[in-house]
Amino acid sequence: MTDVKKYTFKDFASDQEVRWCPGCDDYVILRAVQKALPEIGRKKEDVVFISGIGCSSRFPYYMNTYGVHSIHGRAAAVATGTKLANPDLSVWVITGDGDALAIGGNHTIHAIRRNVDMNVILFNNEIYGLTKGQFSPTSLLGQKTKTSPFGNTQPPFNPGELAIGAHARFFARISGNKPKELSAMFIQAEQFKGLSFIEVLQNCVIFNDGAFDKFNSKETRPDNQVYVEHGKKMIFGHDNNKGLRLNGLKLEVVTIGENGVTEDDILVHDAHEPDPTLHFMLTRMENPIVTGVIRAVEDMSFDERFVGQMEERIAAGKGVTFDSLVESGETYTL
Amino acid sequence: MSNNFSQKSSSELDSVVIRFAGDSGDGMQLTGTQFADTSALMGNDIATFPNYPSEIRAPQGSLFGVSGFQVQVASQDISTPGDDLDMLVAMNPAALKTNLPDLAPGKMLLVDTDAFTPKNLKKAGYETNPLEDGSLEPYRLIAAPMTSSTKAALLDLGMDTKSMDRSKNMFTLGMIYWIYGRSMDHTIEFFQKKFKKKPIVIEANTRALKAGNVYAENLELIATTYQVRPAQLKKGKYRIIMGNQATAWGFIAAAKKANKELFLGSYPITPASDILHELVKHPEFRVKSFQAEDEIAGVASTIGASFAGDLAITTTSGPGLALKGEAIGLAMITEMPMVIVNVQRGGPSTGMPTKTEQSDLMQAMYGRNGESPVIVVAAHSPSHCFDMAFEASKLALEHMTPVILMTDGYIANGSEPWLIKKLADLPTITTNIAKNPEGWTPYTRDKDSLAREWAYPGMEGFEHRVGGLEKNVQTGNVNMQPMNHEEMVKLRAEKVKRVENYIPDLEVEGAQEGDLLVVGWGGTYGALHTAVQSAFGVGKKVGLAHFNYINPMPKNTAEVLKKFKKIVVCELNAGQFYKILLAEHPGHNYFKYNKVQGLPFTIQELMNRFDQVIAAEKVVNV
Repeated sequence: MTDVKKYTFKDFASDQEVRWCPGCDDYVILRAVQKALPEIGRKKEDVVFISGIGCSSRFPYYMNTYGVHSIHGRAAAVATGTKLANPDLSVWVITGDGDALAIGGNHTIHAIRRNVDMNVILFNNEIYGLTKGQFSPTSLLGQKTKTSPFGNTQPPFNPGELAIGAHARFFARISGNKPKELSAMFIQAEQFKGLSFIEVLQNCVIFNDGAFDKFNSKETRPDNQVYVEHGKKMIFGHDNNKGLRLNGLKLEVVTIGENGVTEDDILVHDAHEPDPTLHFMLTRMENPIVTGVIRAVEDMSFDERFVGQMEERIAAGKGVTFDSLVESGETYTL
Repeated sequence: MSNNFSQKSSSELDSVVIRFAGDSGDGMQLTGTQFADTSALMGNDIATFPNYPSEIRAPQGSLFGVSGFQVQVASQDISTPGDDLDMLVAMNPAALKTNLPDLAPGKMLLVDTDAFTPKNLKKAGYETNPLEDGSLEPYRLIAAPMTSSTKAALLDLGMDTKSMDRSKNMFTLGMIYWIYGRSMDHTIEFFQKKFKKKPIVIEANTRALKAGNVYAENLELIATTYQVRPAQLKKGKYRIIMGNQATAWGFIAAAKKANKELFLGSYPITPASDILHELVKHPEFRVKSFQAEDEIAGVASTIGASFAGDLAITTTSGPGLALKGEAIGLAMITEMPMVIVNVQRGGPSTGMPTKTEQSDLMQAMYGRNGESPVIVVAAHSPSHCFDMAFEASKLALEHMTPVILMTDGYIANGSEPWLIKKLADLPTITTNIAKNPEGWTPYTRDKDSLAREWAYPGMEGFEHRVGGLEKNVQTGNVNMQPMNHEEMVKLRAEKVKRVENYIPDLEVEGAQEGDLLVVGWGGTYGALHTAVQSAFGVGKKVGLAHFNYINPMPKNTAEVLKKFKKIVVCELNAGQFYKILLAEHPGHNYFKYNKVQGLPFTIQELMNRFDQVIAAEKVVNV
């Protein structure tokens, strides 16, 4: 698009004061989005942010684009309407683990299934923040929260499993405290045609601080997180000598140079493989956890199918007018 | 009555009411529709009312599986499918049992004797065969072996028994066509179109129809045939239209007039689904029909589409409206133009999905959290659904607010002749789209209507955010100040109130002042109109004020109400509009008349109630 202005991140910041808790990852994500947008080559007036309810869902108010702060759980459904009404728009859904996976679970899986061409950013902090500390559908078993004082008895969802189970064509998981990784991820998501589902591991400093420390702090990350990239070997570790290998029907962690393991044994990540089996296994890894674009399989988007069919019918129905519609079939004159 | 059967007498009738009743698989809806369409083509006014069970194919022969279709054809202007049956068609014992109470002695009863088997009689709970025990003596019984006669007529076509049996309803229709002097041409043409790819089905149905016709002609029992002359309807081009179809077309027309694309976000629900069924057929008009995963997604996607600049609508029935409540509140506070159609059915909860009722009015008016006024309008007949769908769209777009359009199962599934409207005959729709970004905010308003200016994605310089949190009255930014909130609450109410300046006055039919004002709204119009005309015709000072606009009410409402000594509010609920009138227009001598049986009013019961109210010394409510 040649006539798009050269924007900077400031062009995408609204005049509203940002009101998240000091130290919240939401600030990092907001800035990362604002930095990504000048790179995607879309006009500001063609960008829409739609959110549900929760801390993260205040997000649209801080963006100087079009935006809707909708109701709890329904952002994906609102966004689907926006995209069908005007498929040329760049549509972003901002949601949280309670919003998207509890009250809005139905809309989430159906938006994914249909493959609406939009970007869904799931701010997963494994807790309810805005309502002050109740467990969410991603809170851990045994986790003590305001509504689970003796430990959470509800096993959690793994958002990646859920998304891929619902036929996500694009699923990525990423740390909420890495601005550059985030920006790059958002650009990639926008460029992917179809629904991009991005789970951001977002630390809530008030109600669930340190939830991701065991694999996301400066110290733990190298050995406990593998950032996968399409076409590259899944190698990680402080000394860059660990990798993932398939052993039967299971993924296992091996060390290069030990027990006869060489670099050749390490799996190359294929995000484009339509068969979701391996992607599914990657989302389920717990130590290390897997981040990066786990799955990115091209397919027709829903809006493409929808508009395509409409255009076909328009072409087939040339010359049809409202007046010819009401006079079609059986009429009679008195 | 003549005894010479080859020269049967013919007498003329003003109107004929027939009810077709049979198993839900017997094709009664189709049979009734054919009779109605043929009569319309012959120039009669018609009104139809299907009454079917919620089971798709209930067990054969069972009482709860009986499906009915009532039609009135007349030589004068009619508004209802009629109170009193001239003929009942009962295709089996269960249909006879459930419908006979509605047939007065002396009226015609047409039955298929082949269906009166011991098994079917038992299923219907008959201990003896009513065809043999004399219990049907009060009626003019025409008992014909329709199933076996149909088979005999189709024998050489090489069809299986089940397929042959399917044509028996056309044998029945052939008989009725003969009795009422209807031409078979239209129905034969219908077969030829409908079964274009199945010549054997065309042949079977045509033969069955003709066989029934000949059978009736030769039947000694039918001594008289009847004619219903063409009605004196307004000249012009007509078609038969069902309410839900009219609703769908009203939206297509409105989108064209507003120069907008139409978006429908909907979830299937009885009896509203036919609007969705109709709109999905018309992508050629850039109608975007989206079947969502649930009711909430239906309305949420509608909000999203409205935000993106479409004429966006969602369609539902009572339980669905309950699910949509929160989102309608969002549409209200964000001042998004959209229409929510509620095709009412028997409630509460799942209630009686295939039966009609008007019990969602309070829900439409007040069924949201917070102070959440929306425009509420109602359609009063099948073809009026077209006008009100158009009007609801116009109000939504011109006033930037959600509008709830109330119809009901009775008018949604009912049909009547519609004097076809052309696009050029319809009023203009003027959207208030933002033009100047300088100093613009989402709350830049028209000073008269208070409608905010509409700006949507793609419009440069108008980037803005809307949402469910309370906003500053000027800037549209999030704001929780006490006085600002109260101002916003009042402003949103005032905006809806001012719609009264843009809608037509309430019209009164019959007496313009006097003893009794009959008040109604929505789908009861046909019955109220007929009953008031009758009462007024015999000199009673009775008038009818039928409300198409409920929130806000027409400006002259108070003026109309005070011209009558008594007011009776007639509704198919326990008194919902009555309560609203008591609150908004107190000080009148209000009576009410309510029926909550899943059925429309009959004209007779209304007239009885009018007399009762006129005579009453003090308020006695039913």
